[in-house]
Amino acid sequence: MERRRASLLLISALALTGQAAVGGTLPEERMDALYHFYSGDNVEIDGPSLLVRKNVGQSVSVSGSYYVDSITSASVDVVTTASKYSEERTQWGAGIDYLHGDTTMSVGFSNSEENDYSADTINFGISQEVFGGLTTISMGYGSGSDEVRRRGDDAFQDTVDKKAYRLGVSQVLTRNWVVGLAFETIADEGFLNNPYRSVRYLDGAGGFAFQAERYPRTRASNAAAVRSRYHLPWRAAVAAEYRFFTDDWGIDAHTLELGYTQPRGRLTFDLRYRYYTQGSADFYSDLFPYQDAQNFLARDKELATFQSHGPHVGVTYTLFDRTSDTRALRGSASLFYDYIFFNYDDFRDLRVTGVQPGTEPFFSFNASVVQAFFSLWF
Amino acid sequence: MNARAATAIVAAALLLAGCSGVEPWVKPYERDRLADPIMSFDRNPVSTSYMDHVREAREGARGAAGSSGGGCGCN
Repeated sequence: MERRRASLLLISALALTGQAAVGGTLPEERMDALYHFYSGDNVEIDGPSLLVRKNVGQSVSVSGSYYVDSITSASVDVVTTASKYSEERTQWGAGIDYLHGDTTMSVGFSNSEENDYSADTINFGISQEVFGGLTTISMGYGSGSDEVRRRGDDAFQDTVDKKAYRLGVSQVLTRNWVVGLAFETIADEGFLNNPYRSVRYLDGAGGFAFQAERYPRTRASNAAAVRSRYHLPWRAAVAAEYRFFTDDWGIDAHTLELGYTQPRGRLTFDLRYRYYTQGSADFYSDLFPYQDAQNFLARDKELATFQSHGPHVGVTYTLFDRTSDTRALRGSASLFYDYIFFNYDDFRDLRVTGVQPGTEPFFSFNASVVQAFFSLWF
Repeated sequence: MNARAATAIVAAALLLAGCSGVEPWVKPYERDRLADPIMSFDRNPVSTSYMDHVREAREGARGAAGSSGGGCGCN
Protein backbone atom coordinates (compact mmCIF):
# COMPACT_ATOMS: atom_id res chain seq x y z
CA MET A 1 0.00 0.00 0.00
CA GLU A 2 2.91 2.34 0.72
CA ARG A 3 4.04 1.97 -2.88
CA ARG A 4 0.60 2.83 -4.19
CA ARG A 5 0.41 5.98 -2.02
CA ALA A 6 3.85 7.09 -3.18
CA SER A 7 2.82 6.69 -6.78
CA LEU A 8 -0.41 8.68 -6.30
CA LEU A 9 1.54 11.45 -4.60
CA LEU A 10 3.88 11.53 -7.55
CA ILE A 11 1.02 11.76 -10.05
CA SER A 12 -0.66 14.62 -8.13
CA ALA A 13 2.58 16.57 -7.92
CA LEU A 14 3.18 16.24 -11.64
CA ALA A 15 -0.35 17.41 -12.37
CA LEU A 16 0.65 20.70 -10.73
CA THR A 17 3.45 21.24 -13.22
CA GLY A 18 1.22 21.97 -16.23
CA GLN A 19 2.54 24.76 -18.42
CA ALA A 20 1.02 27.18 -20.91
CA ALA A 21 -0.18 25.61 -24.15
CA VAL A 22 1.68 26.31 -27.41
CA GLY A 23 0.57 23.60 -29.86
CA GLY A 24 0.93 19.83 -29.60
CA THR A 25 0.29 17.26 -32.31
CA LEU A 26 -2.07 14.33 -32.68
CA PRO A 27 -0.64 10.86 -33.38
CA GLU A 28 -0.03 9.95 -37.05
CA GLU A 29 -2.99 8.81 -39.13
CA ARG A 30 -1.98 5.31 -39.97
CA MET A 31 -3.14 1.77 -40.69
CA ASP A 32 -1.08 -1.37 -39.99
CA ALA A 33 -1.85 -4.97 -40.91
CA LEU A 34 0.55 -7.43 -39.27
CA TYR A 35 0.98 -11.19 -39.30
CA HIS A 36 2.89 -12.60 -36.34
CA PHE A 37 4.41 -16.02 -35.79
CA TYR A 38 6.12 -17.37 -32.66
CA SER A 39 7.83 -20.74 -32.38
CA GLY A 40 9.72 -22.02 -29.33
CA ASP A 41 9.59 -24.89 -26.80
CA ASN A 42 7.08 -26.78 -28.99
CA VAL A 43 4.68 -23.84 -28.78
CA GLU A 44 3.46 -22.23 -32.00
CA ILE A 45 1.42 -19.04 -31.95
CA ASP A 46 0.36 -17.02 -34.95
CA GLY A 47 -2.34 -14.65 -36.07
CA PRO A 48 -3.14 -11.18 -37.40
CA SER A 49 -2.92 -7.81 -35.70
CA LEU A 50 -4.62 -4.72 -37.13
CA LEU A 51 -4.28 -1.13 -35.95
CA VAL A 52 -6.05 1.89 -37.47
CA ARG A 53 -5.77 5.48 -36.34
CA LYS A 54 -7.68 8.37 -37.95
CA ASN A 55 -8.28 12.02 -37.13
CA VAL A 56 -11.77 13.42 -36.71
CA GLY A 57 -11.50 17.18 -37.16
CA GLN A 58 -8.45 19.06 -35.91
CA SER A 59 -8.30 17.89 -32.32
CA VAL A 60 -9.58 14.31 -32.09
CA SER A 61 -7.88 11.06 -33.09
CA VAL A 62 -9.69 7.73 -32.88
CA SER A 63 -8.06 4.31 -33.01
CA GLY A 64 -9.17 0.72 -33.26
CA SER A 65 -7.27 -2.55 -32.96
CA TYR A 66 -7.87 -6.24 -33.49
CA TYR A 67 -5.49 -9.02 -32.48
CA VAL A 68 -5.58 -12.82 -32.56
CA ASP A 69 -3.28 -15.47 -31.03
CA SER A 70 -3.85 -19.00 -32.37
CA ILE A 71 -1.94 -21.23 -29.98
CA THR A 72 -0.80 -24.85 -30.25
CA SER A 73 1.15 -25.85 -27.18
CA ALA A 74 3.16 -28.92 -26.26
CA SER A 75 5.59 -26.97 -24.05
CA VAL A 76 7.75 -28.60 -21.40
CA ASP A 77 5.17 -27.80 -18.67
CA VAL A 78 2.35 -29.17 -20.75
CA VAL A 79 3.99 -32.46 -21.79
CA THR A 80 5.20 -33.23 -18.26
CA THR A 81 2.00 -32.40 -16.34
CA ALA A 82 -0.88 -32.19 -18.85
CA SER A 83 -1.57 -32.81 -22.53
CA LYS A 84 -1.07 -30.87 -25.75
CA TYR A 85 -3.73 -28.24 -26.43
CA SER A 86 -4.85 -25.64 -28.96
CA GLU A 87 -6.69 -22.45 -28.21
CA GLU A 88 -7.33 -18.97 -29.52
CA ARG A 89 -7.22 -15.54 -27.92
CA THR A 90 -8.93 -12.56 -29.53
CA GLN A 91 -8.47 -8.96 -28.47
CA TRP A 92 -10.36 -5.83 -29.53
CA GLY A 93 -9.43 -2.30 -28.62
CA ALA A 94 -10.71 1.23 -29.21
CA GLY A 95 -9.39 4.60 -28.13
CA ILE A 96 -9.87 8.34 -28.44
CA ASP A 97 -7.21 11.04 -28.12
CA TYR A 98 -8.21 14.68 -27.65
CA LEU A 99 -5.70 17.48 -28.24
CA HIS A 100 -6.14 20.83 -26.56
CA GLY A 101 -3.22 23.20 -26.98
CA ASP A 102 -0.20 21.26 -25.78
CA THR A 103 -2.21 18.75 -23.80
CA THR A 104 -3.35 15.39 -25.14
CA MET A 105 -5.95 13.44 -23.19
CA SER A 106 -6.68 9.85 -24.09
CA VAL A 107 -8.99 7.07 -23.11
CA GLY A 108 -8.85 3.49 -24.37
CA PHE A 109 -10.70 0.26 -23.81
CA SER A 110 -9.75 -3.30 -24.70
CA ASN A 111 -11.34 -6.70 -24.35
CA SER A 112 -9.48 -10.01 -24.59
CA GLU A 113 -11.24 -13.38 -24.76
CA GLU A 114 -9.96 -16.94 -24.46
CA ASN A 115 -12.07 -19.98 -23.65
CA ASP A 116 -10.71 -19.88 -20.08
CA TYR A 117 -9.80 -16.20 -19.58
CA SER A 118 -11.56 -12.86 -20.20
CA ALA A 119 -9.94 -9.48 -19.67
CA ASP A 120 -11.41 -5.96 -19.83
CA THR A 121 -9.01 -3.06 -19.53
CA ILE A 122 -9.61 0.68 -19.51
CA ASN A 123 -6.77 3.20 -19.75
CA PHE A 124 -6.71 6.95 -19.19
CA GLY A 125 -3.78 9.14 -20.12
CA ILE A 126 -2.76 12.77 -20.24
CA SER A 127 0.39 14.21 -21.75
CA GLN A 128 1.63 17.76 -21.73
CA GLU A 129 4.39 19.42 -23.75
CA VAL A 130 6.39 22.04 -21.87
CA PHE A 131 9.49 24.18 -22.54
CA GLY A 132 8.45 24.90 -26.12
CA GLY A 133 8.03 21.21 -26.89
CA LEU A 134 11.40 20.08 -25.52
CA THR A 135 9.80 18.18 -22.64
CA THR A 136 6.73 15.98 -22.68
CA ILE A 137 5.30 14.79 -19.38
CA SER A 138 2.73 12.00 -19.47
CA MET A 139 0.68 10.24 -16.85
CA GLY A 140 -1.60 7.27 -17.14
CA TYR A 141 -3.94 5.10 -15.16
CA GLY A 142 -5.15 1.66 -16.18
CA SER A 143 -7.72 -0.58 -14.60
CA GLY A 144 -8.27 -4.20 -15.54
CA SER A 145 -10.99 -6.61 -14.62
CA ASP A 146 -10.29 -10.24 -15.54
CA GLU A 147 -12.20 -13.48 -15.18
CA VAL A 148 -10.28 -16.76 -14.83
CA ARG A 149 -11.87 -20.11 -15.68
CA ARG A 150 -10.57 -23.67 -15.98
CA ARG A 151 -11.33 -25.97 -18.91
CA GLY A 152 -13.18 -29.09 -17.82
CA ASP A 153 -14.09 -27.61 -14.43
CA ASP A 154 -17.31 -25.59 -14.60
CA ALA A 155 -17.27 -25.08 -10.81
CA PHE A 156 -14.06 -23.05 -10.96
CA GLN A 157 -14.28 -19.32 -11.57
CA ASP A 158 -12.27 -16.49 -10.08
CA THR A 159 -11.29 -12.90 -10.82
CA VAL A 160 -8.25 -10.64 -11.08
CA ASP A 161 -8.36 -6.86 -10.59
CA LYS A 162 -5.44 -4.83 -11.91
CA LYS A 163 -4.47 -1.23 -11.37
CA ALA A 164 -1.59 0.45 -13.19
CA TYR A 165 -0.14 3.93 -12.61
CA ARG A 166 2.23 5.28 -15.26
CA LEU A 167 4.47 8.29 -15.45
CA GLY A 168 6.69 9.30 -18.34
CA VAL A 169 8.99 12.14 -19.28
CA SER A 170 10.48 12.60 -22.72
CA GLN A 171 13.25 15.20 -22.94
CA VAL A 172 15.07 16.69 -25.93
CA LEU A 173 18.66 17.22 -24.75
CA THR A 174 20.30 18.45 -27.96
CA ARG A 175 19.31 18.72 -31.62
CA ASN A 176 20.51 15.09 -31.99
CA TRP A 177 19.57 13.50 -28.69
CA VAL A 178 16.34 12.61 -26.94
CA VAL A 179 15.85 10.62 -23.73
CA GLY A 180 12.76 9.15 -22.12
CA LEU A 181 12.05 8.09 -18.56
CA ALA A 182 9.16 5.80 -17.65
CA PHE A 183 7.88 4.58 -14.32
CA GLU A 184 5.01 2.17 -13.77
CA THR A 185 3.45 0.69 -10.64
CA ILE A 186 1.08 -2.23 -11.08
CA ALA A 187 -1.04 -3.80 -8.35
CA ASP A 188 -2.97 -7.06 -8.89
CA GLU A 189 -5.47 -8.77 -6.67
CA GLY A 190 -7.21 -12.09 -7.25
CA PHE A 191 -6.38 -15.51 -8.70
CA LEU A 192 -2.88 -14.88 -10.05
CA ASN A 193 -1.56 -18.37 -10.77
CA ASN A 194 -2.17 -20.51 -13.80
CA PRO A 195 -5.00 -22.93 -12.94
CA TYR A 196 -3.33 -25.77 -14.89
CA ARG A 197 0.20 -25.63 -13.49
CA SER A 198 1.65 -27.84 -10.77
CA VAL A 199 4.66 -27.86 -8.50
CA ARG A 200 6.59 -31.02 -7.74
CA TYR A 201 7.76 -32.34 -4.41
CA LEU A 202 9.76 -35.31 -3.14
CA ASP A 203 7.38 -38.15 -2.38
CA GLY A 204 9.59 -39.73 0.32
CA ALA A 205 10.03 -42.90 -1.74
CA GLY A 206 12.87 -41.75 -4.00
CA GLY A 207 10.61 -40.13 -6.58
CA PHE A 208 8.49 -37.01 -6.90
CA ALA A 209 4.80 -36.14 -7.15
CA PHE A 210 2.80 -33.06 -8.20
CA GLN A 211 0.37 -30.73 -6.44
CA ALA A 212 -1.39 -27.59 -7.69
CA GLU A 213 0.47 -24.27 -7.65
CA ARG A 214 -0.60 -21.77 -4.98
CA TYR A 215 0.26 -18.07 -5.40
CA PRO A 216 -0.44 -15.10 -3.13
CA ARG A 217 -3.66 -13.27 -4.09
CA THR A 218 -1.91 -9.91 -4.36
CA ARG A 219 1.09 -8.65 -6.27
CA ALA A 220 2.60 -5.16 -6.48
CA SER A 221 5.40 -4.31 -8.88
CA ASN A 222 7.46 -1.29 -9.85
CA ALA A 223 9.34 -0.77 -13.10
CA ALA A 224 11.53 2.16 -14.11
CA ALA A 225 13.04 2.56 -17.56
CA VAL A 226 15.35 5.00 -19.28
CA ARG A 227 15.51 5.17 -23.07
CA SER A 228 17.78 7.18 -25.30
CA ARG A 229 18.01 7.82 -29.04
CA TYR A 230 20.83 9.69 -30.73
CA HIS A 231 20.95 10.88 -34.35
CA LEU A 232 24.39 10.27 -35.85
CA PRO A 233 26.10 12.84 -38.14
CA TRP A 234 24.89 10.76 -41.10
CA ARG A 235 21.25 9.69 -41.34
CA ALA A 236 21.18 6.90 -38.76
CA ALA A 237 20.17 6.53 -35.11
CA VAL A 238 21.56 4.61 -32.15
CA ALA A 239 19.32 3.59 -29.27
CA ALA A 240 19.92 2.34 -25.73
CA GLU A 241 17.41 1.27 -23.13
CA TYR A 242 17.58 -0.01 -19.57
CA ARG A 243 14.74 -1.12 -17.31
CA PHE A 244 14.79 -2.16 -13.68
CA PHE A 245 11.91 -4.18 -12.28
CA THR A 246 11.11 -5.26 -8.73
CA ASP A 247 8.02 -6.73 -7.08
CA ASP A 248 6.81 -7.92 -3.68
CA TRP A 249 7.08 -11.56 -4.78
CA GLY A 250 10.86 -11.15 -4.64
CA ILE A 251 11.53 -10.92 -8.39
CA ASP A 252 14.15 -8.40 -9.48
CA ALA A 253 14.84 -8.04 -13.20
CA HIS A 254 17.10 -6.03 -15.48
CA THR A 255 16.61 -5.42 -19.19
CA LEU A 256 19.22 -3.88 -21.48
CA GLU A 257 18.72 -3.20 -25.16
CA LEU A 258 20.96 -1.57 -27.75
CA GLY A 259 19.87 -0.70 -31.27
CA TYR A 260 20.92 0.85 -34.56
CA THR A 261 18.66 2.16 -37.34
CA GLN A 262 20.04 2.84 -40.82
CA PRO A 263 17.92 4.09 -43.73
CA ARG A 264 19.33 3.56 -47.21
CA GLY A 265 17.23 4.68 -50.16
CA ARG A 266 13.79 3.09 -49.86
CA LEU A 267 15.02 0.66 -47.22
CA THR A 268 15.36 1.09 -43.47
CA PHE A 269 17.38 -1.47 -41.52
CA ASP A 270 16.98 -2.07 -37.79
CA LEU A 271 19.42 -4.05 -35.67
CA ARG A 272 18.91 -4.58 -31.95
CA TYR A 273 20.18 -6.82 -29.22
CA ARG A 274 18.18 -7.32 -26.03
CA TYR A 275 19.37 -8.92 -22.80
CA TYR A 276 17.03 -9.77 -19.91
CA THR A 277 17.81 -11.36 -16.57
CA GLN A 278 15.65 -12.05 -13.52
CA GLY A 279 15.87 -13.65 -10.08
CA SER A 280 13.22 -16.10 -8.91
CA ALA A 281 10.15 -15.40 -6.78
CA ASP A 282 10.53 -16.11 -3.04
CA PHE A 283 8.04 -18.98 -3.20
CA TYR A 284 9.47 -20.59 -6.36
CA SER A 285 11.18 -23.96 -6.26
CA ASP A 286 11.90 -26.57 -8.90
CA LEU A 287 11.49 -29.31 -6.27
CA PHE A 288 9.85 -28.85 -2.87
CA PRO A 289 11.06 -31.16 -0.05
CA TYR A 290 7.56 -32.49 0.72
CA GLN A 291 3.86 -31.83 0.00
CA ASP A 292 2.52 -28.45 1.18
CA ALA A 293 6.08 -27.47 2.12
CA GLN A 294 5.06 -23.81 2.42
CA ASN A 295 2.02 -21.53 2.15
CA PHE A 296 2.77 -20.43 -1.41
CA LEU A 297 4.13 -22.76 -4.04
CA ALA A 298 5.26 -22.03 -7.59
CA ARG A 299 7.10 -23.91 -10.30
CA ASP A 300 6.19 -21.64 -13.21
CA LYS A 301 9.32 -20.98 -15.24
CA GLU A 302 8.19 -17.37 -15.64
CA LEU A 303 8.99 -17.01 -11.91
CA ALA A 304 12.33 -18.90 -12.07
CA THR A 305 15.85 -17.48 -12.27
CA PHE A 306 16.71 -17.13 -15.95
CA GLN A 307 18.29 -15.07 -18.70
CA SER A 308 16.85 -14.44 -22.13
CA HIS A 309 18.64 -12.59 -24.88
CA GLY A 310 18.87 -12.33 -28.62
CA PRO A 311 19.06 -10.23 -31.76
CA HIS A 312 16.35 -8.40 -33.68
CA VAL A 313 16.78 -7.80 -37.41
CA GLY A 314 14.26 -5.69 -39.27
CA VAL A 315 13.92 -4.30 -42.76
CA THR A 316 11.27 -1.85 -43.98
CA TYR A 317 10.75 -1.05 -47.67
CA THR A 318 8.92 2.13 -48.73
CA LEU A 319 6.48 0.99 -51.43
CA PHE A 320 5.33 4.50 -52.40
CA ASP A 321 5.48 8.01 -51.01
CA ARG A 322 3.09 10.59 -52.42
CA THR A 323 3.22 12.88 -49.42
CA SER A 324 2.50 16.50 -50.35
CA ASP A 325 2.25 19.72 -48.33
CA THR A 326 -1.43 19.11 -47.75
CA ARG A 327 -1.56 15.40 -46.96
CA ALA A 328 0.50 12.30 -46.24
CA LEU A 329 0.20 9.23 -48.44
CA ARG A 330 2.86 6.64 -47.91
CA GLY A 331 3.01 2.87 -47.77
CA SER A 332 5.65 0.44 -46.55
CA ALA A 333 6.23 -3.28 -46.05
CA SER A 334 8.26 -4.58 -43.09
CA LEU A 335 9.76 -7.90 -42.11
CA PHE A 336 11.12 -8.29 -38.54
CA TYR A 337 12.83 -11.33 -37.09
CA ASP A 338 13.79 -11.95 -33.44
CA TYR A 339 15.73 -14.94 -32.17
CA ILE A 340 15.61 -15.44 -28.40
CA PHE A 341 17.70 -17.75 -26.18
CA PHE A 342 16.13 -18.73 -22.84
CA ASN A 343 18.43 -20.27 -20.21
CA TYR A 344 17.01 -21.32 -16.83
CA ASP A 345 19.15 -21.60 -13.69
CA ASP A 346 16.67 -23.38 -11.40
CA PHE A 347 14.06 -24.97 -13.65
CA ARG A 348 14.87 -28.54 -14.59
CA ASP A 349 13.85 -30.48 -17.68
CA LEU A 350 11.47 -33.23 -16.48
CA ARG A 351 11.43 -34.87 -19.90
CA VAL A 352 14.73 -36.41 -18.76
CA THR A 353 13.74 -39.44 -16.68
CA GLY A 354 15.58 -42.23 -14.85
CA VAL A 355 17.75 -39.86 -12.80
CA GLN A 356 17.64 -38.76 -9.15
CA PRO A 357 14.94 -36.05 -8.69
CA GLY A 358 16.64 -32.67 -8.64
CA THR A 359 19.53 -33.75 -10.86
CA GLU A 360 17.79 -33.41 -14.23
CA PRO A 361 19.56 -30.96 -16.59
CA PHE A 362 18.47 -27.31 -16.46
CA PHE A 363 15.94 -26.39 -19.10
CA SER A 364 16.71 -24.09 -22.02
CA PHE A 365 15.11 -23.34 -25.36
CA ASN A 366 15.32 -20.98 -28.32
CA ALA A 367 12.44 -19.10 -29.90
CA SER A 368 11.90 -17.49 -33.30
CA VAL A 369 9.55 -14.54 -33.68
CA VAL A 370 8.51 -13.29 -37.14
CA GLN A 371 6.49 -10.16 -37.90
CA ALA A 372 5.44 -9.24 -41.45
CA PHE A 373 3.36 -6.10 -41.86
CA PHE A 374 2.11 -3.42 -44.24
CA SER A 375 1.74 0.17 -43.07
CA LEU A 376 -0.20 2.96 -44.73
CA TRP A 377 0.01 6.61 -43.69
CA PHE A 378 -2.85 8.68 -45.03
CA MET B 1 12.90 3.15 -0.93
CA ASN B 2 9.94 3.65 -3.29
CA ALA B 3 8.65 6.53 -1.18
CA ARG B 4 12.15 8.06 -1.30
CA ALA B 5 12.34 7.72 -5.08
CA ALA B 6 8.86 9.25 -5.45
CA THR B 7 9.83 12.18 -3.22
CA ALA B 8 12.90 12.83 -5.37
CA ILE B 9 10.82 12.82 -8.56
CA VAL B 10 8.20 15.09 -6.95
CA ALA B 11 10.93 17.54 -5.94
CA ALA B 12 12.36 17.49 -9.48
CA ALA B 13 8.91 18.05 -10.98
CA LEU B 14 8.20 21.01 -8.71
CA LEU B 15 11.57 22.50 -9.58
CA LEU B 16 10.74 22.09 -13.27
CA ALA B 17 7.41 23.85 -12.68
CA GLY B 18 9.30 26.88 -11.43
CA CYS B 19 11.31 27.09 -14.65
CA SER B 20 8.53 28.27 -16.97
CA GLY B 21 10.72 31.18 -18.10
CA VAL B 22 13.43 28.87 -19.55
CA GLU B 23 14.08 29.46 -23.27
CA PRO B 24 13.94 26.30 -25.39
CA TRP B 25 17.63 25.61 -26.10
CA VAL B 26 16.91 23.61 -29.26
CA LYS B 27 15.09 26.03 -31.58
CA PRO B 28 12.18 24.79 -33.71
CA TYR B 29 14.30 25.16 -36.89
CA GLU B 30 16.98 22.93 -35.32
CA ARG B 31 14.64 19.97 -34.82
CA ASP B 32 14.81 18.40 -38.28
CA ARG B 33 16.86 15.44 -37.04
CA LEU B 34 14.63 14.94 -33.99
CA ALA B 35 11.61 14.90 -36.31
CA ASP B 36 13.12 12.12 -38.45
CA PRO B 37 10.97 8.97 -38.00
CA ILE B 38 14.13 6.97 -37.15
CA MET B 39 14.32 9.02 -33.91
CA SER B 40 10.90 7.87 -32.71
CA PHE B 41 10.84 5.73 -29.54
CA ASP B 42 7.91 3.82 -31.01
CA ARG B 43 8.12 3.86 -34.81
CA ASN B 44 5.78 0.88 -35.25
CA PRO B 45 3.22 0.71 -32.41
CA VAL B 46 1.62 -2.45 -33.83
CA SER B 47 4.96 -4.26 -33.59
CA THR B 48 5.90 -2.80 -30.18
CA SER B 49 2.69 -3.93 -28.51
CA TYR B 50 3.07 -7.42 -30.02
CA MET B 51 6.66 -7.81 -28.76
CA ASP B 52 5.63 -6.50 -25.31
CA HIS B 53 2.98 -9.22 -25.23
CA VAL B 54 5.47 -11.92 -26.31
CA ARG B 55 7.80 -10.90 -23.47
CA GLU B 56 5.18 -10.36 -20.79
CA ALA B 57 3.90 -13.90 -21.29
CA ARG B 58 7.38 -15.34 -20.64
CA GLU B 59 9.10 -12.95 -18.26
CA GLY B 60 8.32 -12.05 -14.64
CA ALA B 61 8.89 -8.34 -15.28
CA ARG B 62 6.18 -6.05 -16.57
CA GLY B 63 5.45 -2.36 -16.96
CA ALA B 64 7.31 0.74 -18.16
CA ALA B 65 7.51 -0.91 -21.57
CA GLY B 66 5.66 1.68 -23.61
CA SER B 67 2.37 -0.08 -24.33
CA SER B 68 -0.28 -2.11 -22.56
CA GLY B 69 -2.71 -4.92 -23.31
CA GLY B 70 -4.87 -7.59 -21.77
CA GLY B 71 -5.08 -11.35 -21.60
CA CYS B 72 -3.37 -14.11 -19.75
CA GLY B 73 -0.84 -15.25 -22.36
CA CYS B 74 -0.24 -18.43 -20.37
CA ASN B 75 1.47 -20.98 -22.60
